[in-house]
Parts: sequence; structure tokens; C-alpha cells
Amino acid sequence: MKKYSAFSLLKNALSYHENWQKVWRNPTPKAEYDVIVVGGGGHGLATAYYLAKVHGLTNIAVIEKGYLGGGNTARNTTIIRSNYLWDEAAQLYELSMKLWEGLSQELNYNVMFSQRGVLNLGHNLQDMRDIERRVNANRLNGIDGEVVSPHRIKEIAPLINISPNSRYPILGASWQPRGGTARHDAVAWGYARGADALGVDLIQQTEVTGIRRQNGAVVGVETTKGFIGARKVACVTAGNSSVVAAMAGLRLPVESRPLQALVSEPVKPCLDTVVMSNAVHGYISQSDKGDLVIGAGVDSYNGYGQRGSFHVIEHTVQAICELFPAFSRVRMNRQWGGIVDTCPDACPIISKTSVEGLYFNCGWGTGGFKATPGSGYVFADTVANDRPHTLAAPFTVDRFNSGALIDEHGAAGVAH
Amino acid sequence: MLLIHCPHCREMREEEEFSYSGEAHITRPLQPELLTDEEWGDYLFFRTNSKGIHHEMWFHAVGCRRYFNVTRDTLSYEILESYLIGTQPTITGATS
Repeated sequence: MKKYSAFSLLKNALSYHENWQKVWRNPTPKAEYDVIVVGGGGHGLATAYYLAKVHGLTNIAVIEKGYLGGGNTARNTTIIRSNYLWDEAAQLYELSMKLWEGLSQELNYNVMFSQRGVLNLGHNLQDMRDIERRVNANRLNGIDGEVVSPHRIKEIAPLINISPNSRYPILGASWQPRGGTARHDAVAWGYARGADALGVDLIQQTEVTGIRRQNGAVVGVETTKGFIGARKVACVTAGNSSVVAAMAGLRLPVESRPLQALVSEPVKPCLDTVVMSNAVHGYISQSDKGDLVIGAGVDSYNGYGQRGSFHVIEHTVQAICELFPAFSRVRMNRQWGGIVDTCPDACPIISKTSVEGLYFNCGWGTGGFKATPGSGYVFADTVANDRPHTLAAPFTVDRFNSGALIDEHGAAGVAH
Repeated sequence: MLLIHCPHCREMREEEEFSYSGEAHITRPLQPELLTDEEWGDYLFFRTNSKGIHHEMWFHAVGCRRYFNVTRDTLSYEILESYLIGTQPTITGATS
């Protein structure tokens, strides 16, 4: 892999940028791999990257039914934060945050990580009590955060409406300055390029149709390009996790739901932070291109159709116009939906299964993007060593039988 | 926006009048204290999450305020039938 640098940019400029090497290979699958990662989104590619980088496994394939990073990685609103309430979740997301902070250098790929800060607004007394509690918990866990007043919010985001006369007046917020956004596609591409350079085969346009087992252990996967052998199979298939689990005769406590987002036409820079509100339900940031990126709610019903109901969008846009009256004239460009795998406790499942050599990383629900590096890191460790990574241990699927749930509905940002 | 037929009101109404109440035909165990942790966890949290034909409960929240069941395709979102609780669906499919 040729390193990207100012020098390589200059050198390629001399040949009109026609001689850049391919970012990754397009290999034909081998007969057998040590590990097959099912799902070539951000989490799957990060898993493959850390398996190769940290654990020295290079006989790995990532099998993707579409193209790399074409599912929820391409559909989220790119918000990154680690201000979760409970120790278990906070530490997992904080590991991600620390990895984000060095990710562009680590991958030699600009993921455009921008620590522009995240505001979580409170609109009533209970909101403010929850925010105080969460910020205190964050600080005890070494995560930055402060409770800010409406006037401070106005300084951070001048277009916001803090009038006490609004329908749901803003009483304060939690503020995590290290939070922010990253370029979602670049994250998938950066991990893909890094993994490919370490020898990982990225196999696109190939759908896994079955998981072959022998004596209770995985021996490989059936795909649209035939059988591929594997000692271990790691599934990172987000909204399709239940479908993949059923191939191995397993059930998961996840339900797949449509989650929608929309972007406006590009406008001049007007919002240099991320604003989220659970109570009126909307979250918004501005991309480097200038579009306002708005996240809507999750639909109440199960669905796999990658689209949701219009009234959900309507509700979110109402909230955004209430928070930012100036945006009422902005025209929306595009709207889409992704299928998120929601867990009953709004926390992910990173787990071994009852089938030997089969692992699942799923249930990230509405907030998986921010966890991409950490999720890949702990899942790779779990798969490589066949035991949960210390930070992943509370997130096994067994918790739904033992009752040791980690209730993050309050900090998860989107009502599940 | 789904258009849902309420079998109690016998009318087609918009989705906003209803709320979704999860998978149908899950019976609460009569003697929960006799269950193992696995069985109880399974009853509480594990669902089929079908891709395709799905039987689910809906609540007509701003209408008759009664529950009923719906058979819906979770891929096309097409509603195939709605039927009263206590009756069986006429449309069933292989769930995946």
C-alpha cells in the first residue's frame, strides 16, 4: 500500500492523478479462511482490520452482499459522542472515542473526524435531572462533559431558539466538547484500505445464504459464489442479524426497525456543532459540504424495507423548526431509511454463541456509527481469543437470560 | 404511512391513530415461577423478527382503544389482513 502524503499528492499531480493505485484489491474467494467476517460495513471492516493488525491473523475474508459501507454506514447521521450513563456502555464508547482521536493517522486515511462538540438538550425538569446525573456519571468515568445553561447554549449555537415562550423551552443541556462527527464513507473506506493492505480479502457482491456446521461447530458459509470454509465466522450484519442468526438455528433478542434521516440543500456554514434533543426528538448538524444533516426517529414497527413512515419525518422536522426557526425555509434534498437492529436495553450484543466458532456483533440499534472503531477492536479480540474482551463481557447475549441488562434508553438518543 | 384496517371499527384508518405493540401470539406463561431463566428470558426478549410475513399486535389508540392482530409483510410493508385477538391468521408464511 502506498502511503498518502503531501509528497504523493504532488507526485500524482504531475501525472494528472491518473496513476493512483487501487485503494483495495478485488480478489476471488479462497477455499478456506481462518476467519470470515460477514458484513462489510464499518463495524465489519474495523473487525477485520483489528484482527489483522492487533492479532496477526491475515487469512481473513470480509463477505459483503452489496458494496462496502453501503448499509447503515452510509445512512447514519455521523454523530460521535461517548456520554453514556452506565459504566459498561460509557467505557465501550469512550474506547471508541479514543480510537477516533487517532484514527486518521492510524489508517493514513482522512476520516474527517471533527470534534465540534455535542449538545444534548433538556426541555423539562426531569430532563435536567437526568442530564445532571449523566454528566456526573460521565465525569466519574473520565469522560468530558458539563451541564450548560441556555445562554451558554446560545453562545455555542447562535441560531438556536432559547425563548422561554417556545412550546418546549430549552432549560439547559449536556455538552461534550470532544464529541463531533466524522465522514461515514471515509471510515468504511479507510478501514477497508487498511485491512486490504494487511492481506484481508474484501469480497463484495457475494451474499451469505447459509452457515454450515458440523458437530456443533462452524465449518464455513454458503454464499452466492459457493461454499467458503472457515474456522470462525463473525457476523456483523446490523439489521439483518436475525436473518443470519436463523441460518445457524439461533434466535437473537433484536428487532429490526426502519430509522430515517434527511439532508437539506447545501447552505453556508451556520451550525458548527451537533445539537440533539430527546424530548422534542430531532438531531442536527451541518456537514462540511453545507447540508444540514437531520436524524429522525425510529419507526414503531418491525421492517426490513429501508424506508419508514412520513409522519416520523414530519415530527422531526417540526422539532427542528422549533429549535431553529431560521431553518424553516431550508429545502430538503434527500430522505432515506436504514434498518437498525434494536435491543430491548438499547445496548449492543458482542458475543460468542452456542455454536462453536460463531460470533455475533449486533444490536447497536440507532447509535452504532460512533462505536465503529471500539466495536471492531473489542469484537476482534473476542473472536481471536474465543472469549469476551473485558469491555465486551457485559454485552454477551446471556444478559437477556440472566437479567443483567444495561439500560441505556436515556442516553441512546433515539427512543427505541 | 400505513393504512390499517381495524377489525373492531371495521374501517381503514391512518397509522398515526394506532400504536404498534409487538409480535402477536406470544402467550404469557401461566406459572412464571416454574420457568428457568432461559425460558423466562425467551418469553420477555426473544422475538422471531421475521423478514417477510409477520403477525403483530396493534392498538387503536385514538379510535376504539382495543387491540387486534395484523399480518404484514415486513419487507414490502404490505398489510395482508387484520383479525381479532383469539382468532388465527388465514395467511401464514415461512418466516426467515
